[in-house]
Amino acid sequence: MKTSNTSLRDYEKKSMKWYVGYFVVLALFIWSMIGMNINLERISDGIPAMGRILALMVPPDTARLESSVIGMIETIQIAVIGTTIAAIFSIPVSFMAARNLGLPTAVSTAGKQILNAIRTFPSLVFGIFFVASYGPGPLAGVMALGINSIGMLGKLNSEIVEAIDPGPIEALEATGANYPEMFLYAVIPQVLPEFIGTTLYRFELNLRQASVLGLVGAGGIGVTLMQALQFRRWAIVGMTMLVIIVVVTILDYSSAFIRKKII
Amino acid sequence: MSNSAAEEKPSRFMLVMGKIKGLLAIILVAIIYIWSARGVGFSLIEIIGELPSFFNLLWDMVPPNWAYSIRLINPLLETFQTAIAGTILGTLLAIPLILLCASNVNRNNPLYFASKGFMNLMRTIDPMLYAAILVAGVGLGAFAGMLALMFFSMAVNAKLTSESLEAIDDGPLEAIEACGGNKLEMIKYAVAPQILPTFASYTLYVFEINIRASTVLGLVGAGGIGVNLDTSLNLFRYPNAAMVILATFVVVVLIDHLSNVLREELV
Amino acid sequence: MEIIECEGLGVTYPGGVEALKNVDLTIEDGDFVIVVGLSGAGKSTLLRTINRLVEPTTGTIKVDGRVINNLDKKELKEYRSEVGMIFQNFNLVNRSSVLRNVLAGRLREVPTWRTLLGLFPEEDVEEALSCLERVGIKEKADSRADELSGGQQQRVGIARALAQEPKILLADEPVASLDPPTSHAVMQDLKRINEEDGITTLVNLHFIDLAQEYGEKIIGLREGELVYQGPASKVTEAKFEEIYGRSITADDQLTAGGEADV
Repeated sequence: MKTSNTSLRDYEKKSMKWYVGYFVVLALFIWSMIGMNINLERISDGIPAMGRILALMVPPDTARLESSVIGMIETIQIAVIGTTIAAIFSIPVSFMAARNLGLPTAVSTAGKQILNAIRTFPSLVFGIFFVASYGPGPLAGVMALGINSIGMLGKLNSEIVEAIDPGPIEALEATGANYPEMFLYAVIPQVLPEFIGTTLYRFELNLRQASVLGLVGAGGIGVTLMQALQFRRWAIVGMTMLVIIVVVTILDYSSAFIRKKII
Repeated sequence: MSNSAAEEKPSRFMLVMGKIKGLLAIILVAIIYIWSARGVGFSLIEIIGELPSFFNLLWDMVPPNWAYSIRLINPLLETFQTAIAGTILGTLLAIPLILLCASNVNRNNPLYFASKGFMNLMRTIDPMLYAAILVAGVGLGAFAGMLALMFFSMAVNAKLTSESLEAIDDGPLEAIEACGGNKLEMIKYAVAPQILPTFASYTLYVFEINIRASTVLGLVGAGGIGVNLDTSLNLFRYPNAAMVILATFVVVVLIDHLSNVLREELV
Repeated sequence: MEIIECEGLGVTYPGGVEALKNVDLTIEDGDFVIVVGLSGAGKSTLLRTINRLVEPTTGTIKVDGRVINNLDKKELKEYRSEVGMIFQNFNLVNRSSVLRNVLAGRLREVPTWRTLLGLFPEEDVEEALSCLERVGIKEKADSRADELSGGQQQRVGIARALAQEPKILLADEPVASLDPPTSHAVMQDLKRINEEDGITTLVNLHFIDLAQEYGEKIIGLREGELVYQGPASKVTEAKFEEIYGRSITADDQLTAGGEADV
């Protein structure tokens, strides 16, 4: 009798765990929708509204191609300079945060914690503070990216330093080289290509970030976009978005290509 | 002898070529830097000159206004809810896109490339850009923020998971095909069991990104605690802004930690 | 009665490789046939062409008197469900239970809405369990597939094929990933099923001693061409050397390493 009642469920003990998971997710979802005051009316109005604005963006306003490109150029420049500042500062920081270079543990632990803290915040938070102190414009954007990117670059680069081959360092030590010589001839050549790789990767991310910094006044194409949005000029919004998508895609692929070549 | 000389020639040529290439690269990089620095009006004097005002601002933030923390509970909850709902909806939308973007599941080439193109296009747009546009389109508030996170997390999740999906063991897929199973059965019995843990892990990762993004959505009016940051700074209430930053930091770190624990459970 | 008839069967892969050339072949209902040849000789292509996992480029395949070259999608799925396949790498879903893997063999018998919800009827679950019982691992039904040994995993593969209640079984190098004792055990399982159920069985092997021990009939492939077809008893070492195109070495024998007497 018992065997004839066997079903697939009896053979899979794990399914219960999954049902609990589904239930928790569903409960969280409903709680969130209620908390945000989103009701069916909001949704049924919102979906056609999204379709409408998308339709209004096409065709993009080609008369604004030039001003969008100028804005995008500034965005690229912000990303280039911001990433470079971060790359320069991240080098000493990453050596300090690495555990294998003989620095006291307290230094590397403190270094890692600071890097983690910086990484917690999106660059827009830095952007809004630099706009408040430096005034609106691309320089605030540069500073925001420069400071914010140190967090991630420092972390990735310190991991690279921690993964280097100790062999060459020992070999130089055996020849009686001093610390700066060991650093210059054994450490730097090992880490440099990968440092460039992480910097390029961060550049790809910063390019996206730089395109939104303008939303808080920190320069670049985001400023153009924000103005178009304030006046509901959807065709200009379409043009700006098109430029962002095209340029980000092209630079993404080129940067990824260079990264592959270097490493 | 002549043999080795013949080998030496191209190698010396390559060496020179390599040096020229290196030099060209350095010149190119230098040009890019000068061009960018001029474009953004980069000047060390200005940066250093303005630093005091930046530190003054930081100084004005100390001590944070602890009392303000009570009024941050609701905005924080809203931030959290925006990230949760955005992640869940984005994940649901990602499922069909993942299957369409995996060449071993979707063997229809034109559809595959169209889906990949769509996914990559959606991925280039930062969640804040979606948010800014949606606020203008569907109105201020968390609804716009949720939709922004939904679009972005759909694209990111589809990208990450479809790449993992293309690397799964195709054996079970072939076995289901050999049993006469249809596409849906192949997905359920050969694809899903292999990809679900990875998919769940990436979903948590996307949730972490969304939590971070949700804290600034308010800067463009898309709800959550970012609204408080924006108003505090606009009204020069710097101790309040400091409290917002602190509260955001604590919540993000806690959720990151929780998410990491969950992810380790999964894998 | 012939169950499989191939006429002028040829397969050219998109890269230009001619995997099968003009193969004429007949297999009697209930036969236990071993396909031998070097790797790359087209053994795997032949098996995969029979259930159309690989599309034939030229020639026809008749199964049970019906040409299967031009079946439409639905007919193809129906046809494939009548042909069980066993794979070298087992092709199990590692993270799923053994039972669920075997139930994959019942997919064609159960409506899709039920399979998608995981609601297999009792009798199909029973059928899957009895298939596991026939290969002696019923007690493993609720284990995860990757908790099993290689030999047990291949038995799950056999049970999955059996669950299809097939007319034909195709086994593509079923023992290539297994150690010698387990290889014999799996070959004995296949042989027993062939004898008890009368399912026509084609097994790809590259070990000549296994081929001679278990095969009733042997098909020899060399560079995509059929070079031998006939009873196993008549295949001499010289014939194998002709099929392999070189002299027989220790690598061609499962038990050459001294692990004989299994």
